[in-house]
Amino acid sequence: MIDLLLGAGLVGVLFKIALVLGVIMTVVGHVVLAERKVAGWMQDRVGPNRVGPWGMLQPLADGIKFIFKEEIVPEAAHKATYVLAPILALTAALTTFAVVPFSDRLVVLGREVAPIIADLDIGILWIFAVASLGVYGIVLAGWSSNSKYALMGGLRSSAQMISYELSMTLSVVGVLMVTGSLRLADIVSHQTAGVWNVLVQPVGFLVFLTSAFAETNRLPFDLPEAEPELVAGYHTEYSSMKFLLFYMAEYAHIVLASSLMTLLFFGGWHLPFVEGMLASFSPGIAGLVHFLIFFGKVCFFMFLYIWVRWTLPRFRYDQLMRLGWKVMLPLALANVAWTAALILWGIA
Amino acid sequence: MSARELVFWADAIVAVMSAFVVVLHRNAVVCALALVMHLCAIAVFFLLLDAAFLFAVQVILYAGAIMVLFLFVVMLLDPEGRGMGIRVGRVQLGLTIVGASLLLMGMARALPSAMDPSPALPEGFGGAHSVGRLLFTDYLFPFELASILLLVAMIGAIHMGRKEVER
Amino acid sequence: MIPFSSVLLVSAVLFALGLVGVLTRRSALTIFMSVELMLNAATLVFVGASRALGTMDGQLFAFFVMTVAAAEAAVGLAIVIALFRRRRTTDMDQVSLLKW
Repeated sequence: MIDLLLGAGLVGVLFKIALVLGVIMTVVGHVVLAERKVAGWMQDRVGPNRVGPWGMLQPLADGIKFIFKEEIVPEAAHKATYVLAPILALTAALTTFAVVPFSDRLVVLGREVAPIIADLDIGILWIFAVASLGVYGIVLAGWSSNSKYALMGGLRSSAQMISYELSMTLSVVGVLMVTGSLRLADIVSHQTAGVWNVLVQPVGFLVFLTSAFAETNRLPFDLPEAEPELVAGYHTEYSSMKFLLFYMAEYAHIVLASSLMTLLFFGGWHLPFVEGMLASFSPGIAGLVHFLIFFGKVCFFMFLYIWVRWTLPRFRYDQLMRLGWKVMLPLALANVAWTAALILWGIA
Repeated sequence: MSARELVFWADAIVAVMSAFVVVLHRNAVVCALALVMHLCAIAVFFLLLDAAFLFAVQVILYAGAIMVLFLFVVMLLDPEGRGMGIRVGRVQLGLTIVGASLLLMGMARALPSAMDPSPALPEGFGGAHSVGRLLFTDYLFPFELASILLLVAMIGAIHMGRKEVER
Repeated sequence: MIPFSSVLLVSAVLFALGLVGVLTRRSALTIFMSVELMLNAATLVFVGASRALGTMDGQLFAFFVMTVAAAEAAVGLAIVIALFRRRRTTDMDQVSLLKW
């Protein structure tokens, strides 16, 4: 039984998928709580603290509330795409985690388990591919709601996402040139053997950070869903479970972007002074410590997301688009050219 | 039938079904969405044929960028989704279908003489390295031409998409 | 191991479907989408042939086909938008000023 669950066959993969999805969804629920707590502390108040110690059971309360809320479907909405949009958004957000490695080696109950669901050769391209399909969830939500605010919000949001997809992909190209492989595990191994990529590709990291904020529609780039401007943008007409799916999709994107930043630029599961100590431990313990280091770094970046949200004011839509096309894209291209020059001269 | 062939035929059914929706459905937005599903099905074909890099490029480029463009235009030009149907009468539709079937049968005549797939593949077949290496050596000239083509297309699209200035 | 004849059959069916779409649809946008269907069917044959022969040239060609399709989509949609601004319709039967 254990052999089947931990093996490499179909049952093993399904079990791993269920486990990873469970963990991701729990983390997403708690990021929502963390957002409210951190927002509270930054605004000199305490966040939710009624449900459970320090409000830890708040995600559970939220989930139950959403299940019992009334589902309102606008009469003139295009039913098929109205229901399809949130499903598409959440599916795209969660499927990207298939190629994210969580540790370098995992040894569970004496068996070697690959710490990644699908170790594709094209690695990071899978994430870009599935993320670009996530745009459809937003476009369809905006259109099918048959509401002016939703349509405007949906079109603006998707235009913003595809604009920043370009600079995000190009900023990663610099990292790929330095590493020479598309697999995320190879990128981390390269950083483990050398220096963290943020020191080799600082411009690339800054462009990636900005583009990741714009991709996930988070402040300072959240005009498409800002209350005073567009009511709630593309998810204006959604309620209860469908809204919950959009909400979870947004936070799943935040978890994904944080994981990518850790893996691509900050050494993934590598901490310089810990590596020496871990050499003396068994592979199982080392794998677990690596996972905890990775998780800690991802948590830091999620905290960064929340911190920036409650600190900076919002960009106006034309300022946002100008930044994406006239600043981020040329910067990313220049970064690629400069990295190519450095590699040619043998420096990087 | 191996697992790969099973997935191939399942994917072929998805591709043909979505192609039918694209060709027959009235609402242009539904047609565009069906085309997105069709493009993803084609991408899965590429994956089954050991072209992993092309699979990623097809989804990122075609399904993820070109079709978003399509969808924008369709939504702006036909917001309520009323759509337009078929242009020709029944007789012409029937003749078109007959003609297409004849074409299909003509193409099917090439099937028995189709070659068998080679069993051994070179290392890294279909990966990014193989594509990149060829792109910058044997196919450098088409590559540069393609970039000029994209530049021309960009300039043309921007120019034609501009609103006319009121005089 | 997928036989090349299966790939040819599937792409032939898709090509024929795209052809029917181009010849019978009314709206410019759906005609365009049917053209994309045909283009993808041809690309599928290229990739299948590349796999059958064991060389990468077919995949390179598919790459270029995708590039050309992107350029064509951009310009074509700009034309459709310009047409719509002028004539308020995308019905191809009504855009027949040059017919005698």
